[in-house]
Amino acid sequence: MPNKTFFWFFLPTGLVMILFIGLPIISTGIQSFYAQHDQVVKEVKKCDPFGCTVSIVVDQEATSILRDEKPLGKFNGFGTYVDRNHLAIEQISDFWKETETFGEFINQVTNLPFYKALLFTLTYCLFVTPNVLLLGFIIALSLNAISRKIRGPLIFGTILPMIVTPLVGSLVLFWMIDAEGIIGANLQLMMEDPYLSLKSSRTLTWITIIIYGIWHHSPFAFVVFYAALQTVPQEPVEAAIIDGASRYQRIRHIVLPHIYPVVTFVALISLMDNFRVFEPIIGFSAEGSAQSLSWLIYDNLVNEEVILFGSAAATSMMTIIGIAILLAPVLIRTWKEFRTAR
Amino acid sequence: MEYGLDKRSNALKTFNTTFIIIWLLIACFPFIWTFWGSFKVRADFFSRADWWYAISAFNTLLETGGQFTSKAYSEAWTEGEFWRASRNTIIVTVFVVSISLFLGTLGAYALSRSTERYAFWILIAALIFRAMPHITLVSGYLFPFFELQIWGILPTTIVVLVAINQPFTLWLLYSFFKTVPKELDESALIDGCSYFQAFRYIIMPVMWPGVITAGLFSLMLAYNDFTVTALLLNQENHTMVPKIQSYLGTNQHEGNLMWAVSAVVSATAPLFMLVMFFQRQVISGLTTGAVKG
Amino acid sequence: MRKILITLLFALFGTTANADGHCSKPSGSINILANDFPALRTFVETAKGCKGSADFKVTHSSEHNKIAVPALTANPSEFSARIAANSSIVPLMNQDLIRPMDDLVKKYGKGIQDSQLITIDGKVMAVAFMANTQHLYYREDVLKELGIPVPKTYEEVVAASEKIRASGKMQHPYAAAYKAGWNLAEEFVNMFIGHGGEFFKAGTAEPNINNAKGVATLNMLKKLASLSNPDYLTHDSEAIKVEWESGKVALMTLWASRSGTLLDDEGDAKITAATKLTGPATVGGGNIPAATLWWDGFTLAKNRSDSDAEATFIALAHAASNKKMVADAADQAVWLVEGFVPGPKSIGVIEAVKMGAKPYPMLPQMGLMHGALGSEIVEFLQGKESAEQALKDVEAAYISKAKEQGFL
Repeated sequence: MPNKTFFWFFLPTGLVMILFIGLPIISTGIQSFYAQHDQVVKEVKKCDPFGCTVSIVVDQEATSILRDEKPLGKFNGFGTYVDRNHLAIEQISDFWKETETFGEFINQVTNLPFYKALLFTLTYCLFVTPNVLLLGFIIALSLNAISRKIRGPLIFGTILPMIVTPLVGSLVLFWMIDAEGIIGANLQLMMEDPYLSLKSSRTLTWITIIIYGIWHHSPFAFVVFYAALQTVPQEPVEAAIIDGASRYQRIRHIVLPHIYPVVTFVALISLMDNFRVFEPIIGFSAEGSAQSLSWLIYDNLVNEEVILFGSAAATSMMTIIGIAILLAPVLIRTWKEFRTAR
Repeated sequence: MEYGLDKRSNALKTFNTTFIIIWLLIACFPFIWTFWGSFKVRADFFSRADWWYAISAFNTLLETGGQFTSKAYSEAWTEGEFWRASRNTIIVTVFVVSISLFLGTLGAYALSRSTERYAFWILIAALIFRAMPHITLVSGYLFPFFELQIWGILPTTIVVLVAINQPFTLWLLYSFFKTVPKELDESALIDGCSYFQAFRYIIMPVMWPGVITAGLFSLMLAYNDFTVTALLLNQENHTMVPKIQSYLGTNQHEGNLMWAVSAVVSATAPLFMLVMFFQRQVISGLTTGAVKG
Repeated sequence: MRKILITLLFALFGTTANADGHCSKPSGSINILANDFPALRTFVETAKGCKGSADFKVTHSSEHNKIAVPALTANPSEFSARIAANSSIVPLMNQDLIRPMDDLVKKYGKGIQDSQLITIDGKVMAVAFMANTQHLYYREDVLKELGIPVPKTYEEVVAASEKIRASGKMQHPYAAAYKAGWNLAEEFVNMFIGHGGEFFKAGTAEPNINNAKGVATLNMLKKLASLSNPDYLTHDSEAIKVEWESGKVALMTLWASRSGTLLDDEGDAKITAATKLTGPATVGGGNIPAATLWWDGFTLAKNRSDSDAEATFIALAHAASNKKMVADAADQAVWLVEGFVPGPKSIGVIEAVKMGAKPYPMLPQMGLMHGALGSEIVEFLQGKESAEQALKDVEAAYISKAKEQGFL
């Protein structure tokens, strides 16, 4: 396709993406290098319905002079990136010097917010992604063996976990897994432990969120795999049956290689989505035991009265870099494919 | 069609059926439970005393005199103004889906037919764009939108949702276009068609399945989105999800949980119907697209 | 501080000095940003009754905190008024986004009482109309049966809860909103203030919590947590309210604004009848209660024309001095408006004011401290680290945030 034609075809989508994603990413990147100006405070008398006190406010006259001079704020370089709430370089080197055993060092490091969140995020990715792929594939295989007539409603039932609003889906689930809820109470009966509670310990909370993640994302993998299975050519499969290949061998040597590109696509998308895990943490009120990188951003932007743009921007940039690193193998493969396709 | 499984093996068939039944139970149970519970009162469905109340309708009987009540539905739709939210959601989804598909098909077609190196880098850039957390993007929008006085209205939200959705749509449609043989449009070009004519009259007709698949994913995003709609719309224009959130109450003040539950059921119902309706096309659509990834 | 008490007593003995909600028919354009709950909806609806020829719009949103600063920064601002509380007024003050309204109060604010005015450095920045606090709820029947007097201090709450647990009646007799994040931090703030703590070194933004008072606060929180449902870190006020209604709790610290549904006729009548309210408890031998007082009030956007500000003020002042509204919606909130007759649901707030409870600190950097507390003290409660370590973490987290924001 000539460059000029390409340009006109791509212009509309390119324009919205650059305007609404590209530019914000750049401005976020710039923002992450700035901190707020020094706030000049002064003591004043404050009165409210409950009485008067003397306390501090930001001195607007003094602060606005600073603000007008440099509207972006104070240049901070990588200051925000390396502070305690992010990469915490200084703290980590201190821990390295102070701690005696390696275990203690790791303990100290994972007590820092960023590493705590990173640990959970990676654990979540590590457990959810392969299980989503596996479960989606097994469901697709199994549904594919069911009579065509009743397949419709079954497919519909299977993709239910994906299509309901996550925010609300997990609200209902939150009550169901409560120690007195239908799932929680029956788990107690099954485990014969009247004090079992999925919400009280860190390990159980993590397991709950991971299981929720697998439940919520499997349908996506299923839809794509199921579709791909429809395209597997019949002849080699039949030939293999005649040759006496076992069921496992047929899947391993004929079906899997055929749908391999799709596996890559699903892995790519679900790895990315899992790295941004956020909604189940809010839905299950699990902030106490599980925090993810996206949750940290949310916390900086929403949870506090004073909005920490710089801090959120830095975490966002690191999220993007994290995803790029995770996806690198897949991207390199795509590049090779692209080159050979040319 | 049943590869991987022998039709003759009964044991396997039984195992397979059991597996599907168990999976469907796991997949659907929370929704069946929610649907059932939406006809109860709060004290039953959200009971910390005993979950059995939700089945036996202990408090529902006490409070309403019947086993089931549709009070939550009627109140949410009238007093809770859920009708307005539904109307807004319909507007948003219709526009998001159609604009997404229009932009997406054009762009993805161009990407799939380009052999230049920049096409690859555009695809990679789209992936990186997709990695950006939505909450950061939306926070960045607030200042300029307020300054330009375009905050709160539906068109702004529609454009933002389209933009946020473009990377995924592009990737999905790109893989679909890749499966359509190049010879098809090349022969059309030789016959004197312009690229746009080839795209419009030769390629698009065979692309419907792919378009429907991509459309369904955009629909789901527009329908389920909370971050964008909650922060960029004013009250008059709130869509269903922020509306449901507003029924949940705040720290200091009580909400109306049963409204939220009935609203969730109401919001999910049309989605069910749509999925049922488009299911065939989705699957056959993905079939063509997915082969090449 | 005593002003409210006088107001409330004044209200009790009923004076009808002013005519009901005078309204001087404004014109212009009014657009209000507010949180989303029934009492605020009532308030805004009442204001709408006095919109005159003005264009009247409102956005009630659970995301109001997030929207407020960008919305009011724009010029002209999207909203002409923002309904805020003592914590959410702070970012507006920090960024200089709200206007003083002394002249408007003088001109149109006849029905507004002096005690409703929030003044900062002598200028009226907000007009309050509602109050709230957290206080104790107790089950009269359970306490009576076991011969326990109504607790006045948290030490007594602990003793009472232990006694109830020992009696085998309830396994987890105490409840409070300890959900990690904002709620848990709020409990810390209450308890720390009850211990007489100051969050910052006087006149600066330097943190001042890693001391004996901070440790005592954490230990008390942990003791109370051990008497609560083991899921306490996920329990917000909604969850503990439900727990109360299921009869598994005999003592609870909860918002006064949530008393309405505990005392209504939904749910178990026996529990409702035995639910009693009392003031907040004190702690550690202190005499001010371990609770903070909150107000909700309206503020006017700075970046909006004077005529819009005037119109908005007229409409909102109409609501903020409306006796009919507070009479009709008496159970929706503890109104600070003249003519409000406090009912049994307002006991908590009135007691708190009588006992000299402090308001939630209206400091520019308090939000950062609150945020740091919410996530950093969790591990102490889970038993993973010492109180000193937790407080050290809070200070470190706060300091990084405060540095980024230019406070340190």
